[in-house]
Amino acid sequence: MKEPNDIILHAVIKVAVVIIFTFSINLFFSGHHNPGGGFIGGLGFSAALTLLFLAFDIETVRQNIPVDFKVLTAIGVLIAVFTGVGGIVFGAPFLTQAFNYFDIPVFGKTELATAVLFDIGVAMAVIGTSMSIILSIGDDH
Amino acid sequence: MMNNLIILPIIIPLITGMVMVIFRKNIKLHKILSLTALSASGIIAALLMGENKIDGIQTLNLGGWEPPFGVSMVADMFSSMLLLITSIVSLCCLLYAFRSIGQERESHYFYPLFLFLITGVNGSFITGDLFNLFVCFEVMLISSYVLISLGGTKVQLRESIKYVLTNIVSSFLFLVAIAYIYAITGTLNFAHLSLRVAETGQSGLLTIVSILLLVIFSLKAALFLFFWLPGSYSAPPTAVAAVFAALLTKVGIYAIFRLFTLVFYHEPQVTHLLIGILGAATMIMGAIGAVAHWDIKNILAYNVIIGVGFIIAGLASFSIEGITGSVYYIIHDIIVKALIFLLGGTIISLTGTGKLKDMSGLIRNHPYLGWMFFIAALSLAGIPPLSGFLGKVFITHGTFEAGYYWLGGIGLMTSLMALYSVIKIFMNCFWGETYLSEEMESGTTKGVMVPIACLSLLTILLGLGAEGISVYTDLAVKTLMNPELYIHAVFEGRTAP
Repeated sequence: MKEPNDIILHAVIKVAVVIIFTFSINLFFSGHHNPGGGFIGGLGFSAALTLLFLAFDIETVRQNIPVDFKVLTAIGVLIAVFTGVGGIVFGAPFLTQAFNYFDIPVFGKTELATAVLFDIGVAMAVIGTSMSIILSIGDDH
Repeated sequence: MMNNLIILPIIIPLITGMVMVIFRKNIKLHKILSLTALSASGIIAALLMGENKIDGIQTLNLGGWEPPFGVSMVADMFSSMLLLITSIVSLCCLLYAFRSIGQERESHYFYPLFLFLITGVNGSFITGDLFNLFVCFEVMLISSYVLISLGGTKVQLRESIKYVLTNIVSSFLFLVAIAYIYAITGTLNFAHLSLRVAETGQSGLLTIVSILLLVIFSLKAALFLFFWLPGSYSAPPTAVAAVFAALLTKVGIYAIFRLFTLVFYHEPQVTHLLIGILGAATMIMGAIGAVAHWDIKNILAYNVIIGVGFIIAGLASFSIEGITGSVYYIIHDIIVKALIFLLGGTIISLTGTGKLKDMSGLIRNHPYLGWMFFIAALSLAGIPPLSGFLGKVFITHGTFEAGYYWLGGIGLMTSLMALYSVIKIFMNCFWGETYLSEEMESGTTKGVMVPIACLSLLTILLGLGAEGISVYTDLAVKTLMNPELYIHAVFEGRTAP
């Protein structure tokens, strides 16, 4: 069979994926005070990954992103839980968060919060879970 | 009292399970980690029981958000006892799984899933919030979906479809009921709900919603709506079936107890009578099923159903005696159901069949197995001095006291039928001519006898030492029967908004 001519698909998706990645990172960080956050950011991220899997075949993407998504899920959950455990270590209730303002060069006065660490865990868990589901359904081996 | 210990029974299994997912190939590590995690959560449960005894109910407001705004975790004596017994029983089932579950399942995340199941069970026992209860139920159910279908034999897949569909429908209804409750009362925190319902009175609408919740939990607890149970509990391998039989229905029962002693206790002539009628029907139908079947797995599954009906009968009486009986009986039932499922599974693995008519005379080669089965059977029926006795006495007494003579009578009658059904297994399996020599057996009892012996010993000790644990059960009953203790502990004396 002749190879399908999907050069337009490839070209468009290469650009679109970058935009979606940027947007999902934006969604992720805006979640601290506005609508958004780890869950929706992670979903956006995995939507972009799914697009990649659709446009190129699974083998190619696996070679370029050699991540076991099940392990990614586990690491994400561990990060989130251990951020919560941090509260216990400092004698506060589980999941207590802390934040403070720091002067950082370039960014100026910036708020750094432990909740972001928790959110990173959530995002990783969401990306890992959704990609494992999609790959295990899509993979026919 | 703010107490971070409460959260540990949830996060220890969760963390160890996740670590195991990362190191997927190392089965030996899986075994060590799962043993450690379950022992650790058992020790913490024991510590919690000690603190409950001295300081009363322990609470934890996650993230420091005060109730009713945040999620609170509450460990009263009833929860702590269930946590401890969950750890002990799941530890025994885990030991059994080490010998029997097989490499194929082990390499497909058996141990992490087992721990996630326990995470959900533990979470359901200590949450103080209706929505969080839903989340913990889901954690437990999703793990159980995988455990029931893991291995992928034909019968497993057939039964898991029924199991998954039933539970998805009930989870959907659960969400709907939560939405109703939130719309009517404006809160989901158990303590706050209890306050609000007491303030405004339990209107007809709230009673209806409470009955909807009862239906949902009945589906999970196999109270009356048990059509899915015999099939799904006979499909998975023995160790999994034993955990399911011991714990999953009990989580549903716990939820019914929590709601109908803490929140919806104002209209017992409607809700608790309905609970009693459901319990009676469950016991009768379960007993008929247990007597009628000639297959070990089915008989045992129907015995689970009888047990559910009996525990619920204690709640229906809604008296101190009845609830005390239920607390005793729920602990006994968790142990003895795990025990008898492990025994039944061992018999099936020895003979290669579940049909009673195809087996005979096992006692010659397996005397210990036989006598332990006998002990389990007597304990199941509530013969003194084994652990089932005291619960039966209290529940029956409680129902008589409440004037529900029919309920107590049905309880006693079905106990006899349950005894008949398990003695039927004993006589057919162990008595008679031995025509299976040890070489011809399709399995072995090597290594699996340790957990069975532990559980048998536990049911004997629990019966003999009932006096010793009465301090704890009395405290559990006290908090169940006095909602204001729970509310006071959650709000730490502040007035609720």
